Amino acid sequence: MPLNRANIDTDQIIPKQFLKRIERTGYGDFLFHDWRQDPDFEINHPRHQGAEILVTGKNFGCGSSREHAAWALNDHGFRVVIAPSFADIFHSNAGKNGLLLVTLPEEHVELLIERASTIDDYHLTVSLEDHHVHDDHGFSATFSIDPFLRYCLLEGLDDIGLTLRHTDALDTFEKQHDKAFWVTPRPESAATETAHA
Amino acid sequence: MSAPKTLFEKVWESHLVAEPANEPALLYIDLHLVHEVTSPQAFEGLRLAGRRLRRPDRTVATVDHNVPTTPNRLVIEDAIAAKQIDTLRQNCVDFGVELYDIQSPNQGIVHVIGPELGFTKPGMTIVCGDSHTSTHGAFGALAFGIGTSEVEHVMATQCLPQSKPRTFRIAVEGELPDGVTAKDVALGIIGRIGTDGATGYVIEYAGSAIRSLSMEGRMTVCNMSIEAGARAGMIAPDETTFAYLKGRTFSPQSAEWDEAVSEWRKLASDPGAKYDRELVIPAIELAPYVTWGTSPGMVVPVTEVIPDPADAKSDADRRHFEQALKYMDLKPGVSIEDVTIDRVFIGSCTNSRIEDLRSAAKVVAGYHVHSHVRAMVVPGSQQVKAQAEREGLDHVFRAAGFEWREPGCSMCLGMNPDILAPGERCASTSNRNFEGRQGRGGRTHLVSPMMAAAAAITGHFTDVRTWEFKKEEVLA
Repeated sequence: MPLNRANIDTDQIIPKQFLKRIERTGYGDFLFHDWRQDPDFEINHPRHQGAEILVTGKNFGCGSSREHAAWALNDHGFRVVIAPSFADIFHSNAGKNGLLLVTLPEEHVELLIERASTIDDYHLTVSLEDHHVHDDHGFSATFSIDPFLRYCLLEGLDDIGLTLRHTDALDTFEKQHDKAFWVTPRPESAATETAHA
Repeated sequence: MSAPKTLFEKVWESHLVAEPANEPALLYIDLHLVHEVTSPQAFEGLRLAGRRLRRPDRTVATVDHNVPTTPNRLVIEDAIAAKQIDTLRQNCVDFGVELYDIQSPNQGIVHVIGPELGFTKPGMTIVCGDSHTSTHGAFGALAFGIGTSEVEHVMATQCLPQSKPRTFRIAVEGELPDGVTAKDVALGIIGRIGTDGATGYVIEYAGSAIRSLSMEGRMTVCNMSIEAGARAGMIAPDETTFAYLKGRTFSPQSAEWDEAVSEWRKLASDPGAKYDRELVIPAIELAPYVTWGTSPGMVVPVTEVIPDPADAKSDADRRHFEQALKYMDLKPGVSIEDVTIDRVFIGSCTNSRIEDLRSAAKVVAGYHVHSHVRAMVVPGSQQVKAQAEREGLDHVFRAAGFEWREPGCSMCLGMNPDILAPGERCASTSNRNFEGRQGRGGRTHLVSPMMAAAAAITGHFTDVRTWEFKKEEVLA
């Protein structure tokens, strides 16, 4: 699905009224909530029903840290977002949820938006294994991706589990670091004084 | 002698738990701030995996995003919001987290209470499931916003895997002109570098204009780092920082205070330290700003006109300009000062601290809110509110026709009942002017507290540099 706008912020991807829920799923129908009220908005176009790849403008996902943006894109059925650039926190959130972000040069993205907007039954293929994007009309490009993120996405690894491999190093570090009271939220001297207050 | 290091590098290196080959570094987190909106799924994740919260003593929670700002707010009518708040209460009990709840004298916006209670300290790593966590960088901490999966990660391990960001030094040099505030410094920077200008970087703000700012002002500048794309913004701690921290509830006391200060003094970037990018902005070039569009980078000095999309740098920018003008119902060439407003919001983690309220009250004193304008002040915390009331600021605002509210995020993002009606135009001291941010169809213009106060009185944007202050003595 093409979305020819730059700087799409997470408030547009999922507005605040849907952040009050305490679940991780069920956000798909609220994706681009305000924009989709317009019958001409891309998500309502018959051509884009069932789309799994979103192609859009630069700085996608800027603004709020809400992971609900990645959840909503996933729940709607998007597996990949292609754009010239992405905002940092959104980039992290997408990675944690198996949503692949593909960065391509602006002129490539414009071409893909043009084709996805005008060609019926347009298909793009994104291969994470080969870091490659192609269509049936001669477009072909490679993209770069952080090798560790690629590995995690391909293997579906649990991030917390990966960190827990370093528990020994963490225990050792923490024992020493806890002595640095000047970077401790509640240093003992403060707690003592407060108790006497 | 080792190579000179930046403030960021010193904090980064002192928190490295592990540097596994071909993987992101594992960074230790000193302080985890938690609020009701981005935490429920993380606590649930811990439960499902049978994991405990590793360091409750390094975790602090409050309620801010959802809470009503009306006086009788113990019963929350919005059932979904009430459930989210109740969920946080139960999670804090189950996992042993200290919660500053609605009735606490320390409740407030998470980025206001962290520094105010002294949890935030120089040299710390601080995270929160909120993009404006960058605020705490004002103290020389490395502080950044994270998503809910990362919230769960920190809860379980007190660490985060992080790729090392690049460094960007922005120096604002010289004396800020009268009427030009920390908010204008932030908006001026974003206007220059764009909303993705610092993506991938940690900004270090430096220069004499930054040094001259109070801690409140520094927090405003660092707060809006994310609006330039940077996850974090930092300012080296100095005497202003130490004076703010001394005597705070959770600041080190007695003999430990001097030792802490001597540690914090070591944090400033070494002479000759290298940055990946540098920018110098003469303070004299800055003005009181007003955003005209739907991105914080769409900003001009109050004395200018709405820009023409035809002048945009690229096709993508031109389309974004046109969409913004349509949404904002504005025409190119119109003077900013001729734009009339319906609402004024003074509050948010950007501009709800005591100094913000003092500067706005100084403008308001002796005047009355324009008859077509509804204006509200939402203090950032109970402590700010109490301090303002001790100083009589609430009387100044109320006498002028402002609503004086209870603390919370309020109309910055309109998760609680404080929202704009469709088509309403608001002068707001918050941080984002995105479409629908303050309510569907609402139109947000970002300004400083003084500029918001002046607009409330005149009913249109007004250059605060020409303001006739009536009652300076009440705020001496």
